[in-house]
Amino acid sequence: MNFGLTEEQVLLKDTIRRFLAEQCDTTRVRAVMESETGHDPALWRDLAGLGVPGLAIEERHGGAGLELLDVALAAEELGYAATPGPFLAVALATMALTASANRPAQERWLPAIAAGNAILTLALGEDDCEWDPARAKTTAAANTLTGTKTVVPYGAAADAMVVAATESGEPGLWLVERGAAGLSVRPRAGIDMTRRLDRMTFDRTPATKLASGRAATDRARDAGLVLIAADAYGGATRCLEMTTQYALTREQFGQTIGAFQAVKHQLADLTAEIEPSLSLYWYAAHAFDHIPDKAERHAALAKAHLADLYDRATRVATELHGGIGFTWEFDLHLWFRRAIFDRSFLGEAGHHRERAAALAGW
Amino acid sequence: MDLRYSQEHERFRQEVRAFLDTNWTDEDRASTPPPEGQAHLLGAVVRTDERATRFRLKAIDAGYLYRHVPRRWGGGEQPPDPIKEKIIHEEFRRAQAPWEVVGQGASMLAPTLLEQGNDKQKSRFIRDTLLGKITWCQGYSEPGSGSDLASLRTRAELDGDHWVINGHKIWTSDANTSDWMFCLVRTEPDAPKHDGISYLLIDMKSPGIDVRPLRQMTGDVQFNEVFFDNVRVPVENTVGKRGQGWTVSRSTLKHERALIGGTHITRRMFDGTVMLAQGLALRGRPAIQDPVIRNRLVELESRLLASEYHGYRLLTLTARGAEWGRAGLVTKLYATTLNYDITRLAMDILSDRALVGPGDEDAPAMGMFPTAYMWSLGILIAGGTANIQRNIIAERGLGLPRDPALGRPKVEPLRKSA
Repeated sequence: MNFGLTEEQVLLKDTIRRFLAEQCDTTRVRAVMESETGHDPALWRDLAGLGVPGLAIEERHGGAGLELLDVALAAEELGYAATPGPFLAVALATMALTASANRPAQERWLPAIAAGNAILTLALGEDDCEWDPARAKTTAAANTLTGTKTVVPYGAAADAMVVAATESGEPGLWLVERGAAGLSVRPRAGIDMTRRLDRMTFDRTPATKLASGRAATDRARDAGLVLIAADAYGGATRCLEMTTQYALTREQFGQTIGAFQAVKHQLADLTAEIEPSLSLYWYAAHAFDHIPDKAERHAALAKAHLADLYDRATRVATELHGGIGFTWEFDLHLWFRRAIFDRSFLGEAGHHRERAAALAGW
Repeated sequence: MDLRYSQEHERFRQEVRAFLDTNWTDEDRASTPPPEGQAHLLGAVVRTDERATRFRLKAIDAGYLYRHVPRRWGGGEQPPDPIKEKIIHEEFRRAQAPWEVVGQGASMLAPTLLEQGNDKQKSRFIRDTLLGKITWCQGYSEPGSGSDLASLRTRAELDGDHWVINGHKIWTSDANTSDWMFCLVRTEPDAPKHDGISYLLIDMKSPGIDVRPLRQMTGDVQFNEVFFDNVRVPVENTVGKRGQGWTVSRSTLKHERALIGGTHITRRMFDGTVMLAQGLALRGRPAIQDPVIRNRLVELESRLLASEYHGYRLLTLTARGAEWGRAGLVTKLYATTLNYDITRLAMDILSDRALVGPGDEDAPAMGMFPTAYMWSLGILIAGGTANIQRNIIAERGLGLPRDPALGRPKVEPLRKSA
């Protein structure tokens, strides 16, 4: 009975935190997010050097062979630092490839992902906010795909993408490589500029089938939900820390505003909500690998809860910063925008709560 | 991270089960008297009859209860092992066996005496308190001193080897039934407010004590006003040094917050609310099928699970000998706020059935939910109101400045724990 991190996990978190603090402060975050691609290959290479994209990839494929919890700890740190780039896209694709059990595709792509030499993504969401692979309108026929995926993270930057589609009404996963015939990309004007989104359209685009059924897609979605929850925890924590620092230094009416009870109580309420929510994402990540009958439901609960909490944290932070918090120059909006991504990507909180209710048999 | 129990702990669980199978039988379980009043909604009812006491003595002897209390003072005296404690608690609950006596005496006074009392006080009070043979109330709040407790004015003046007490306490839970009171009184009227207080043990049968029950919003009578008119208390009943009562009382409050912050009651209330939603119809369909109710149930369950897993995290920190830091400060505010929100949802599931309460023969769940809703406000206030908790979190947890007007002694901020 041990619900805590190992020394190695603490070291992993500390290493990523230190690296991002030293190498990717908000000046660099802004430079990357204002670049054309929103992707900084040098930064990604350095993160790969720390092992980040390969954490959950099996050792025989060049990864560290760790668990979703370890990936989630990295996600928390990237959320804390508002790190721009394809981390979530790659993690989703990695989980889909791993769960698809397609050896040739794994051998071709997983080592390249782990080494930082390939960017992959998962194309799942469609029009009408549809994330259910069984209802995908993207269809497969004769090893080609036709249809549209509306919000694909780093679709333009990806060397290949895992696509959820249906074939004769049956869900499955396919792989499409960059530059494939009939594949067109339209960048979206993403609110969160640190995580780019593209609309990907497939018109009889050649594709390789990875897996039949919905299991692999569900597995990737659950991993994604947990990683978003972890990102939200990291971001909410950062908002709390920034705002506490501000309350300790900003003076009005002849005293630091942190001495006003109205300010203290807002920050105390936020602290009281954030502290226990750490355990919710930890548990969901742990369940993903160790408690199969709780994994799906806890992923849904954690994403809904933490994304909501992140939303409240950014709201309190902005309000307590006053006018400065509403400016472009001040960094707070980086996290505000990431909170919008976390609440909306893979579906809103109400959708996942309804799924959790159904999974409980209610 | 590994949520399974080690082989050693699994063996220990079997040991505890074997002990319970032998010592707390179906006959013992059947003898549990029905709860009185509505206080059991807070999980506060504990049997202390002969049968329960006989069992408790065996359980203490086996090292299952009061593990942190030395044997010479009536405890089980075991090396600290929070996981074994969790196992014992789980198994005792499963067997519906008498647990440690909860309440002001065993949970608050006994730990305080262990830390601050002298040997004479320890031997006189701890053993009987742990068995529920001496019951205690807490004489802290006064009409003019609630959140600003250190401003209290009940005074004690020395007359030979006795303190003579005059004053007025209020919101004193169980004063009408308790044998003794642990009490804060002002003994040094000229000292700064935190330095002029002493911590006394007062026999409630002393002449000059007048207890007047107060009826609560639930209709129950649990708390009281207590008036002191030249009440004489032997000087030897002072715990810690004269004038140091504020410091002595801090260890007590710490234990009270841990007591009120537990999640078992919240879990029971949540599970009860789910059953309510499954069992009651709302305009032609089970309430559990109402999309708004489903959504709110899952939202509350997420908070409940967060608080339960947070408990695992704190347990692990304890097992590793690490400090709780900021993580330990939030449990009371989080759990009591959640408890309130769960009972609010139950009220909405009841809809117009929440118009009636206990005593109405058609009321669902014997009308307990409207009462629980009221009680949930009571526990937001008890043991330091929600706003006092927020001050503590902001000052000790985040290092924000104290409000100079409060005049509290400075405390060091806690670190964020792993």
